[in-house]
Amino acid sequence: MTDTDVNIIDRPHLCLVPPSAKRFDDTAQPKGIFMAEASKAGEGKQLSVRGLTHSYVGQNAISDITFEVEAGEIVALLGPSGCGKSTVLRAIAGLIQPKSGVMQLGGQDLANVSARSRGIGMVFQNYALFPHLTVAENIAYPLACQHVPRAERRERVEEMLSLVQLKSYGNRLPRELSGGQQQRVAVARAIAGRPSLLLLDEPFGALDRALRFDLQVELLHLQKTLGITTLIVTHDQEEAQSLAGRLVLMNKGNVEQIDTPMAVYDRPKTLFVNTFIGQANVLHGTVERLDAEATTIALPNGNTVVLPRRLNFTVGSKVTITFRPEDVRLSTAASGFALPARLTVSVPLGPTLVHDLLLEDGTGLRASQVRGPSTFIPEPGAKLFAEIDTTRCHAFPSEPETSRQ
Amino acid sequence: MKASGFPYVLPMLLLSVAFFATPLAVLVGFSFIGPDGPSLHNYARFLGDAFNYRVLVNTATLGLQTIASTTLLGIPIALFYWHSGKTARQVIIFLTLIPMLTSNVVRTFAWIVILGRQGPISETFVALGLAERPFTLMSTELGLVLAMCQIDLPLIILPLIAILSRTPVQFTEAAQVSGAGPWRILVTVLLPMMLPGLLAGWILVFASTSASFVTQAVIGGARNVYVPQLIYREVGTLFDWPMASAIAVVLLLSTGILLVAMTMISRHRRLVGHA
Repeated sequence: MTDTDVNIIDRPHLCLVPPSAKRFDDTAQPKGIFMAEASKAGEGKQLSVRGLTHSYVGQNAISDITFEVEAGEIVALLGPSGCGKSTVLRAIAGLIQPKSGVMQLGGQDLANVSARSRGIGMVFQNYALFPHLTVAENIAYPLACQHVPRAERRERVEEMLSLVQLKSYGNRLPRELSGGQQQRVAVARAIAGRPSLLLLDEPFGALDRALRFDLQVELLHLQKTLGITTLIVTHDQEEAQSLAGRLVLMNKGNVEQIDTPMAVYDRPKTLFVNTFIGQANVLHGTVERLDAEATTIALPNGNTVVLPRRLNFTVGSKVTITFRPEDVRLSTAASGFALPARLTVSVPLGPTLVHDLLLEDGTGLRASQVRGPSTFIPEPGAKLFAEIDTTRCHAFPSEPETSRQ
Repeated sequence: MKASGFPYVLPMLLLSVAFFATPLAVLVGFSFIGPDGPSLHNYARFLGDAFNYRVLVNTATLGLQTIASTTLLGIPIALFYWHSGKTARQVIIFLTLIPMLTSNVVRTFAWIVILGRQGPISETFVALGLAERPFTLMSTELGLVLAMCQIDLPLIILPLIAILSRTPVQFTEAAQVSGAGPWRILVTVLLPMMLPGLLAGWILVFASTSASFVTQAVIGGARNVYVPQLIYREVGTLFDWPMASAIAVVLLLSTGILLVAMTMISRHRRLVGHA
């Protein structure tokens, strides 16, 4: 405890320390064994997917999926359920034959390589641990398939068990383990055969929140030390953000945006990305005036919002503007372009205070602020004025459905 | 205090005692009636006879042969069901249940036609040049096993289907991604997972085969004698009820021992968790 305290005092700007190499040293040190394993691990290979298209009864269709995972990188396929992200994963694993598209692993075309010879490790959503085999036998399964000699197999299983910290559990059956332990066995089995690509299908979906974070950190450690190229499928944005270096956002079988977690949050390319990642307030309006350095947007309730930049829209076009709850400031006095609103409820969420408001025309609005000891909490029903940080607003063309309404 | 469910079970209990437990007790009691008071005389006489001993072995062999053939046929059908769509599954279930929905007599007479000298099997073999002249499978062990196999197939398919429909396809996919080929998947993943169903099916098939008097008598004919015919002979021809009872008890015990053995296997820790 005191150790970490000292650390924090030493480095007051903990979150701003830039060199990532230093941080890596810190994390690897207490787990000395990991570094030793790293040299033995199979090299991660680059995965490239181009124009992947598939549609089949019972499977969510995907069209023209293109993305790349660099060697040793973690990328997350993120999207709501039914968006086709699992279909992409299954196509890469070779479990389904896509209609068209090119998949390459380390430069080698996967089209004519069967699932069993792709050298890919996969963690299934429900882990798919063989119930009649012990933990050790489960981990040894891919090794037996590769005809690894018995003695080496035993050695490798031991290595895997210590890697996932289940050393004394080799003789247990999967059902005798907790969910978190089963998940770790599934990871161990997936990496035992030294795959050049690791696929994870909602690997933390069945675990409770507290455990999830611990296992995510553990997986991150493992991935960093082994250097396996990793593709993870998830519908949980927090999970994707905490694990992956880049996110591939999918919706309705299409890729919407590929970017780092921060860029996706700060500069969403589409309205879907904006509303799917984090929370967003959405206002519909019409472009009223275009100036050199400003755009005026009229809202249906008569108010206007002025964005301090010229948008690529013609006057009169329907637009949807979005902004994060943290970009809304509430005040009791009217000022400038502040929108009048009535407070419905204020909820404290840890260090922040979240306010739900209703605009005059019934549109919902959410504002959040960092909570301090002296933060004033207004009464529900109070008349307030919401001032929007217009520099951080995003504008999208209104979707046909919304403009028709 | 929790209310006892006993009053609700009582009618069923009385029914079983009156119509199952009591007759069984009478049967067992009968088997101990010797010429001079109660004794093991009947058992000694039955087991001491080399012919009877052969009949016992014959019956067990018939059971094992039927188990083997239904297993070999049932596993592919069950796997086919597992990989089929909704409609195909219904068709498979329907076709599987047909033998159970037909009367034993009709079924047996159908087999007489099929196995006979002018039956489709014989004619196909002659037409293909595999046999020189028409032949009959009636009164042969092969013919009997064929018939028993058709009759008992549902008994092995249904437990297998019950298990497989609760088994996610992910297991075979996990094996596939791990690098396993189709045969390895069958032997190391599918068969072990189907084993509880197979054990249940084997018990049913053995019990059904070893007791199927009509099929054995009609198709097996006089050449092969099985335990049920022995019992029939004691009751119907020799009127030796105590002896018939003793043979029935022996048949019951041998099936019972098999049942206990299978149950003990299925309690193995590797087989308990799933299915």
